[in-house]
Amino acid sequence: MPFVANFPFACILITMVCGIVSSVLKSKNAYRLNIFAASVCFALSLMLLLFMINEPTSITYMMGHYPAPWGNEIRFGPLEALLATIFCFIMLSSLIAGRKDAFIDIKESKINTFCLMMNLLLSSILALIYTNDLFTAYVFIEINTLSACALVMAKGNGRSISSAFRYLIMSLLGSGLFLLSIILLYSVTGHLLMPNIYESVQILIATNEYMVPLTVIIGFAVTGIAVKSALFPFHTWLSFAYESSTCAASSILSGIVSKAYIILLIKIFYRVIGFENIVALKINNVLFVLGAIAMIAGSISAIKETKIKRIVAQSSVSQIGYIFVAMGLGTQAGMIAAVLHMIVHALTKSMLFSASCGLIAASDQKKKLKNLKGAAYRNPIAGIGFVIGALSMIGIPFFAGFASKYYIATASISSPEKMGVLLALIAVSTVLNAIYYVKVISVIYNKKDSDTKRVSSGNMYILGMTMFIVANLSLGIFYQPIVDIITIGLQLF
Amino acid sequence: MKTMKNKITAVFKKFIDGDFDIEAKEIKVKPEIKSEHKEQSMKERYLIWHDNHGVHSFKTIYAGCSIFVCVTLAVILLYTVSYLPAYGNPLNPANNEVSDRYTEFGLEETGAVNTVAGMILDYRAFDTFGESAVLFVAASIVMMLLKKDEKKRSKHLEDHSRDPIIKHIAQVIVPCLLIFGVYLVLNGHLSPGGGFSGGAVMGAGLILYSSAFGYRKASKVITDKLLRNIVFVSFCFYAVAKGYSFFTGANHIPTGIPLGTAGNIISSGLILPLNIAVGLIVTCTMYSFYALFNKGEI
Amino acid sequence: MGPNLFTNYYETASMILFAIGFTTLFLQPNIIKKIIGFNIMDTAIYLFLGAKGYIAGGLAPIIVNGVTDPSVYINPIPSGLVLTGIVVSVSVTAVSLALAQRLYKRYNTLNIDEILLQVEKERA
Repeated sequence: MPFVANFPFACILITMVCGIVSSVLKSKNAYRLNIFAASVCFALSLMLLLFMINEPTSITYMMGHYPAPWGNEIRFGPLEALLATIFCFIMLSSLIAGRKDAFIDIKESKINTFCLMMNLLLSSILALIYTNDLFTAYVFIEINTLSACALVMAKGNGRSISSAFRYLIMSLLGSGLFLLSIILLYSVTGHLLMPNIYESVQILIATNEYMVPLTVIIGFAVTGIAVKSALFPFHTWLSFAYESSTCAASSILSGIVSKAYIILLIKIFYRVIGFENIVALKINNVLFVLGAIAMIAGSISAIKETKIKRIVAQSSVSQIGYIFVAMGLGTQAGMIAAVLHMIVHALTKSMLFSASCGLIAASDQKKKLKNLKGAAYRNPIAGIGFVIGALSMIGIPFFAGFASKYYIATASISSPEKMGVLLALIAVSTVLNAIYYVKVISVIYNKKDSDTKRVSSGNMYILGMTMFIVANLSLGIFYQPIVDIITIGLQLF
Repeated sequence: MKTMKNKITAVFKKFIDGDFDIEAKEIKVKPEIKSEHKEQSMKERYLIWHDNHGVHSFKTIYAGCSIFVCVTLAVILLYTVSYLPAYGNPLNPANNEVSDRYTEFGLEETGAVNTVAGMILDYRAFDTFGESAVLFVAASIVMMLLKKDEKKRSKHLEDHSRDPIIKHIAQVIVPCLLIFGVYLVLNGHLSPGGGFSGGAVMGAGLILYSSAFGYRKASKVITDKLLRNIVFVSFCFYAVAKGYSFFTGANHIPTGIPLGTAGNIISSGLILPLNIAVGLIVTCTMYSFYALFNKGEI
Repeated sequence: MGPNLFTNYYETASMILFAIGFTTLFLQPNIIKKIIGFNIMDTAIYLFLGAKGYIAGGLAPIIVNGVTDPSVYINPIPSGLVLTGIVVSVSVTAVSLALAQRLYKRYNTLNIDEILLQVEKERA
């Protein structure tokens, strides 16, 4: 086994230990340590990714001294390395960009707990990406839920606490269903590790045994994860949670937390049940329909909103709809498009949140859109970031969002019966996206009767936004290698 | 025609300025559609109905829906259960080579007489590691939410005179609880028990002590800093020990930790120290939950 | 309907409890009752797991007198999972109770609808 194979486990452990250490540090040092942990994880994941590009393999790493059916294990290939790299990058840039905001929004004595939560969140997300064991996934889902909930309430005012409570309730419903499906699956297969469950499930399906429990299990697992990743009928908590948290927290929540669950769902599809069985059971059609409704409904509610952060948050609902629609096509091409869109959305949405926080900070912390007139002149880099993110989300060529929408559209060719609907959906949704993003852009670049004097946003903010902008632009132009990695990764998944 | 155009431009301008309110627009448009008289009477009738019956009937409908959801879910689940493998049958899919190995070779491989302890702290230790992290996260969140600021503190913390019966009984029970907790932790690999249950018992002992002898007395011994340091050191030890064990396991290096003679107190490698660490974490967490919920500080 | 509804009476009971707990957590407006619902839901899962681990005539999975024949003991895995699950649910309960306490101090009510109404009012 190559030495780089230790890195995923090292990332999980480093973030965990840094979290624990930051709980006893002073606020500034805790934040520094947090940034350090995220950058170390980014570097290690990047090295793993480079190794995986050179020789694509899928490595199984034992967590302990016992092999597959007995001990825990993690497993990773090119796709996992790519996702981990991008998520660590998002974490790092959001932390850097959100530093000033975090110190304004959160009490000094609570910054170290905030950092602890950030570290454990990253650790749980990495564990969810890498894990090869369903029960481990459940435990880390709970860490993820609790720490995300803590990030939502870190501001400590009434609104953020009520949002956190809503978030917690919805997450608990989701994880309850997921736990139920795991133990039902355990009772019919006798395993908790994904490859062993896969073998048993194939035998069960071939002999047509326990088909009723299996259907219910898949239904519950998908519903549970859909609740947690804010698929359409379960998205109500999302805008409140994203709106009321501090800058770094909302970037990270929107960018990577909901994505970690989608990755888990893909994992369940491929490694636990088998994608062909999912298609045979027509689960993908349900996802397609829900995703299609989400694409439209999210955009319409975004048009109605009057606060910048809520607009961006509601747009997340529609973008998650895109991901599920692409997954719902039920083909390999659709899945590649879904993963690509997931990456694009993670990078873009976290940049949009960071940018809107910068715009709000430049306008005396006023969140209403009408108070943000000319904010882009007061904080130019935030304005540029917002424009790039918005153009990417609308799907203008040469921006990242265009590539993923293009891949979703071409993927629809592989399933002809959904093609017409999907193309119409993309067209309608693009127009709707354009309506609200263009509106925001025109407001923030509105020079008329507004103060255009620059407001200092701090060097850290500029650095973080620059990282986001560079990443987004380069993703928009060099998406082809990313698609290649995803394709190889899904084959080895 | 021109007024219409002006109106649209006005709405568009408003929209561009960002204070576009869909609801406000709807109210504006509505009266133009049809006769105003009927609309109002409908509205009035609705308001009267709403005042008299609205909330009540909403509650009824809501309760009905809840019962419907509950019954539907129960029916689906019961239908599933009826197809599950039979209760207590040794041939069930769950009783396969995995559980057989845990009982058959568990003693030999982990050195733990208690198979469950061997399973959660050695075979499937990553889960348990995550689980301790959950506890740690929860303790931190509760502290973040409920801990009072320095200024507001300790003015109204006078202890009420305690009941003598509770005091005298606690004098007897608290040492027993603590010793029993220690026993459970130290014998976790030999008998039922372990870090979590032992820690919970010790935590209960501390809580009883604090509530019987008053908060002041308890806080002289058990301070915020002490609890935090204990948790910090235990958790760090846990992470380092498990990190070492995972690293050596994955790279096929022997750990070099002797398993000892099965059945002795000092045996089964890392399981005993891990149990102690977990026990300390749980004790401190339980007590800090109590103190934070009760007083807002430790 | 399958054959095992009444053979699996523990599982049957646990599933009814799960449905009750789930509905309470989902639809009950009172925060404390929501938390109670969550606990019922999780306890139902532990009951299910406990029943799943049982093998007729098996002993507790603690090796006695060096007998390591697996057919003597019950399945240890569900017991371990229950242990993990309990700790998780204790943590989640503590967090949600802390949130409930904060919300009650702030808004003087435990009804989630009223709290959300007050939040809306504050915003306006």
